[in-house]
Amino acid sequence: MFNKFIKLVFASLLFFSVSSTTFAMDKLHFLIGGGAGGGWDGTARGTGEALTKAGMLGSASFENMSGGGGGKALSFLINTKPANTVLVQSTPLVLRSITRHKGYVKGDGVLSYKDVVPIAGVIGDYGAIAVAKNSPYKTFGDVVAAYKKNPSSIKMAGGSVRGSMDHLIGALAFQEAGADPNNVVYVPYDAGGKALAGLLSGETQILSTGLGEVMGARDQVNIIGITAPERVADAPDVPTLKEQGFDVQFVNWRGFFGPPGMSSSMKDEIAKMLGDVQKTSEWEAVRKRNAWVNIYNPGSKFVAFLEKQTVEMTALMKKLGVI
Amino acid sequence: MIEGILLGLKTALSFTNLLMVMLGCIMGTVIGMLPGLGPMTAIALMIPITYGFDPSTGLILMAGVYYGAVFGGSTSSILINAPGVPGTVATTFDGYPMAQQGKAGKALAIAAYSSFSGGTIAAIFLLIAAPTLSKVSLAFRSPDYFALMVLGLTAVSAFSAKGQFLKAIMMVVLGLMLATVGQDSLSDIPRFIFNSMSLSDGISFILIAMAMFAMSEALMIIFKGKDPSKATKSISLSELGSIRLDKEERNKMLKTIPRSSVIGFLIGVLPGAGATIASFLAYGMERNFVKKEEKEKFGKGSVHGLAAPETANNAACSGAFVPLLTLGIPGSGTTAVMLGALLAFGIQPGPTLYMTNPEVFWSVIMSMYIGMVILLILNLPLIPYIARLLAVPRNYLVPLILFFSVAGIYLISFNTFDIFLMIGLAVLACGLRLYNFPMPPLILAFVLGGMMEENLRRSLLISDGSFNFLWDRPLTAIILGGTILLVSWQIYKSFKK
Repeated sequence: MFNKFIKLVFASLLFFSVSSTTFAMDKLHFLIGGGAGGGWDGTARGTGEALTKAGMLGSASFENMSGGGGGKALSFLINTKPANTVLVQSTPLVLRSITRHKGYVKGDGVLSYKDVVPIAGVIGDYGAIAVAKNSPYKTFGDVVAAYKKNPSSIKMAGGSVRGSMDHLIGALAFQEAGADPNNVVYVPYDAGGKALAGLLSGETQILSTGLGEVMGARDQVNIIGITAPERVADAPDVPTLKEQGFDVQFVNWRGFFGPPGMSSSMKDEIAKMLGDVQKTSEWEAVRKRNAWVNIYNPGSKFVAFLEKQTVEMTALMKKLGVI
Repeated sequence: MIEGILLGLKTALSFTNLLMVMLGCIMGTVIGMLPGLGPMTAIALMIPITYGFDPSTGLILMAGVYYGAVFGGSTSSILINAPGVPGTVATTFDGYPMAQQGKAGKALAIAAYSSFSGGTIAAIFLLIAAPTLSKVSLAFRSPDYFALMVLGLTAVSAFSAKGQFLKAIMMVVLGLMLATVGQDSLSDIPRFIFNSMSLSDGISFILIAMAMFAMSEALMIIFKGKDPSKATKSISLSELGSIRLDKEERNKMLKTIPRSSVIGFLIGVLPGAGATIASFLAYGMERNFVKKEEKEKFGKGSVHGLAAPETANNAACSGAFVPLLTLGIPGSGTTAVMLGALLAFGIQPGPTLYMTNPEVFWSVIMSMYIGMVILLILNLPLIPYIARLLAVPRNYLVPLILFFSVAGIYLISFNTFDIFLMIGLAVLACGLRLYNFPMPPLILAFVLGGMMEENLRRSLLISDGSFNFLWDRPLTAIILGGTILLVSWQIYKSFKK
């Protein structure tokens, strides 16, 4: 019954792709593992908007399915294999693969990005270390010096739990500076905005989070280092950690995944569409509005990147004792 | 600030949002009027409806329902001596005697004018207080938030009905316990989920609100066996009398309204105290303010005695938005329900709200003015017709609410487990209600529980594991001192008896 339905969908898809030559695809359903207004939500809706406005996609539909930090949407994708559907995900998927998260898939399996079909990474966000405007610390070197003098004088805020991306960004930087990342006190908040409020109230000294998260608050904070290989065009005055002598590179990618069993032709078609759209002015408008960095990374390149990130993060998380 | 007001007006005056204010006010008036169903039920029923709305639109609708319910509650207080919401209990003291003297129309008009003035004046205070407090609240640290939440939970228990302090505290504890289910927010470790996917995110707040209020209140109408429609049939709605007020009555109101607005607003801002306490307090204060011969009339249809609680309860509603919008801490059960709804929209109320979502912040405040005008129109010429709804028999009302609760929760999660859990909790809530356990402390504790734990654990992390943070900063110490005073006062009161 279900197979028949899939066949029907693909048959109609074939029919429409023949009959309506103007669109690269007729319709695509974006599954979002978080609530409205979050990072995943913005990525999916922004991509959908650019695709339809640029005339590459007939219609885009969106579905927010929050729960389990994205786990609910992921298990839905794996267990029901919906047609014409892509799931937006980001670095937390890799972290999830490394840690536990049993029980999201049927049986004993541990959930991982290998259970879904990686289509392409589309954008990225570098990590950033920020301090309040009136902070005595002007560079990341100042922070490290203060930490080495008195480890409990530096408390690092982040917008998510221990072992999350925000935590890892700061931990990577301290590790590179020769400190034991496990001794740096990380103070988790349940939202980026709250972490920022914590930094501004003075209860924490530095904020470790995504660059996009602090870009909007630049009149209140100084960004003292980003995890990019070189300075970014949207914030040319912000120094990288690398130029300060701490060779830390980290990018929080955001990309799309298909349900298991997605045909490779379909996968390639979506990947190509996601790449092509980045050359359009419609995409540029969306990108600029959100201060995204284009990092297009399709197919096997994407898988190789995910594998490399998995190895790096596993090592760090072991050191931090979160796994 | 002018920019903000204009932005708010622009958002609030859009066609959809105007429609929502109107819709919210009408639904609120109707639900609030029905005895047994309060503003929390009204708002809880709105959450599934607003799901997927633009955040400001959703919040505007819910705010409309909120003050509509408090407005509407006075109608049944005056006409049938059965307060629709706890906040209008004090309205019956003078409103019902007035109606019995054949001046029901006048009583309704006084209630409407007072509510309108109280709400509008308090909305002006809110306009001034909220942005200022937002700036101050940026200095609040985790220990302060923790202390403030402890104070809020203590206050909501202390201010609940007489002799219920212990019961209220028990409900607070139950609420905190329910809040621990799910992944903990600092290290992502699952707790009390019994290996169930359905519980891995904790119990949804909407589910708790629907079960504890909408569903259990509807079930209680069956248990108590009181059919509000019977009482209504005994009053003839065509004989309400004139709604026009004479000069003397107007002068009396002009004296009462300003002082009751201030009292109402201030009580509303306090954590834990809402419209109910505000209305009782304003009624009591008013009796001390007036001349001796007026004092005699209290309880026998005094204009002052009716205007005071009606002004104060609406003013308190606006006041309750101050801590919600600026600190992200709900001060009452009703605003706790609204906080849950805001979070469902992906909005984080707090010190940064008016920077990150200025349109939400300002449009809600501005929509209050529009709502007040709509409510005045609704409540003056139309009230005889709306009051007829009081005659809706419960055998239609109860199934309707049950249907909306079950359908509502299913449409949010598409998970049948949630339906069973909700019914189970509703039955539990009914049992607790039969033994007079108050519900608002539970819902407030459930909402604050997660935040309280986070702030406590964060404070401990920052202070390297020492409990010094409880008295290290004057602000924290003062707030906790207030909490201790409140508890000792309760203990003193119980010993004196």
